[in-house]
Amino acid sequence: MAMVSDESERASFLISYADRFKEVPPDIARRPFAEDHRVPFCESDAFAWAVPNPDGSLKFYFAVENPSGVSAKALAVILDKTLSGTRPEEVATVSPDIVEKIFRQNISMGKGMGLMSMVQTVKRLALRACSQSSLLQDLA
Amino acid sequence: MKATEARTYAHPDVLVATSWVATNLENPKVRIIESNEDTLLYSSGHIPGAVHVDWTNDLNDSVRRDYIRKAGFESLMSRIGVTADTTVVFYGDKNNWWACYAFWVFQLFGHTRAKVMDGGRVKWERERRMLTREVRQYPETQYKVQERDDSVNRAFRDEVLKHTELKLPLVDVRSVDEYTGKRLHMPDYPNEGALRGGHIPGAKHIPWSRAINPETGAFRSADELNQIYLEENRLNPDEKIIAYCRIGERSSHTWFVLKYLLGFKNVKNYDGSWTEWGNLVDVPIEK
Repeated sequence: MAMVSDESERASFLISYADRFKEVPPDIARRPFAEDHRVPFCESDAFAWAVPNPDGSLKFYFAVENPSGVSAKALAVILDKTLSGTRPEEVATVSPDIVEKIFRQNISMGKGMGLMSMVQTVKRLALRACSQSSLLQDLA
Repeated sequence: MKATEARTYAHPDVLVATSWVATNLENPKVRIIESNEDTLLYSSGHIPGAVHVDWTNDLNDSVRRDYIRKAGFESLMSRIGVTADTTVVFYGDKNNWWACYAFWVFQLFGHTRAKVMDGGRVKWERERRMLTREVRQYPETQYKVQERDDSVNRAFRDEVLKHTELKLPLVDVRSVDEYTGKRLHMPDYPNEGALRGGHIPGAKHIPWSRAINPETGAFRSADELNQIYLEENRLNPDEKIIAYCRIGERSSHTWFVLKYLLGFKNVKNYDGSWTEWGNLVDVPIEK
């Protein structure tokens, strides 16, 4: 995405990602979604979950309740593609700066805040998974 | 009776229901315009026949912090196939923030055949009405206009300063954290922030969102709006009022409410807003 400099081409890419969005499956979470999975400051009403894989990596799931949440859906797909299958300690180092790199000209203060908050939420979920993993190791 | 008329607004014709838009999609005298904060939205799907007016690329001067002038507006209107007789209908995301902003800019050029679709994009989507990715092209028109006239609807810095000195009413429509100065800007994105936090002295805090029914996304009834603005906040519809926010987009929403839904006689939008006032040397600020 960082290499796509043309604004309309970037927009097309982002929309194509949004088109691929699949909501969190019911075996992971059902409505009403728990508030502690809500992405703060996100006007698209996004939610996020991190589920540990057997190999210790994480799988991320999202829900976007606002039908106009195209950017949130695009970011959810990108985060899932790039971070699912990654170990939590690596996810915890991801910077919210990636939002500006991905969305470039298609960003404004309000929208950017929500999108960065999605990244922060994913990091928080990863850190929580790290501490739970450490606790389990200590108990073992 | 149209759904919007039942809410007894001062100028009910300026607001149209989604059902009205649905029955006027092919009306050659109507042009539906989508204006959003999220620039991806239009391309991802829009009301059939709607054109996209982007506030950054189409309404703003590319160099100065100002809006386009006569030539730019004529060019825009020509491109979207609008004549002086065309009724433009705005809608968009965020409960019509940017739709009202675009509506406001169009009023600076005197295109008074303008309306806003109540509930905006989200209401259209929730009603499961049709969206398309097809971008319809309209024949270019010859649109002529006078130079932009800011005097009626736009306030500038010096007028706002004098307004505060005369203790005339101001409305700050931002969030409480912005109003109190707790928040200056989004973390790591100071582009729309300020060096100082707080509000313009004397400004009443009436968040823009109070004008919206959160369940439907539509504007509240005139009775409800009267309760908020006149009863609760003691605004006088005969007084000169200036609304502001951060860059003028949320305050254009409130400007629309006060002027068209409640019939206030003299309302201006201070689009310099807090990004100007909060960075301005030696102007008064309250927290």
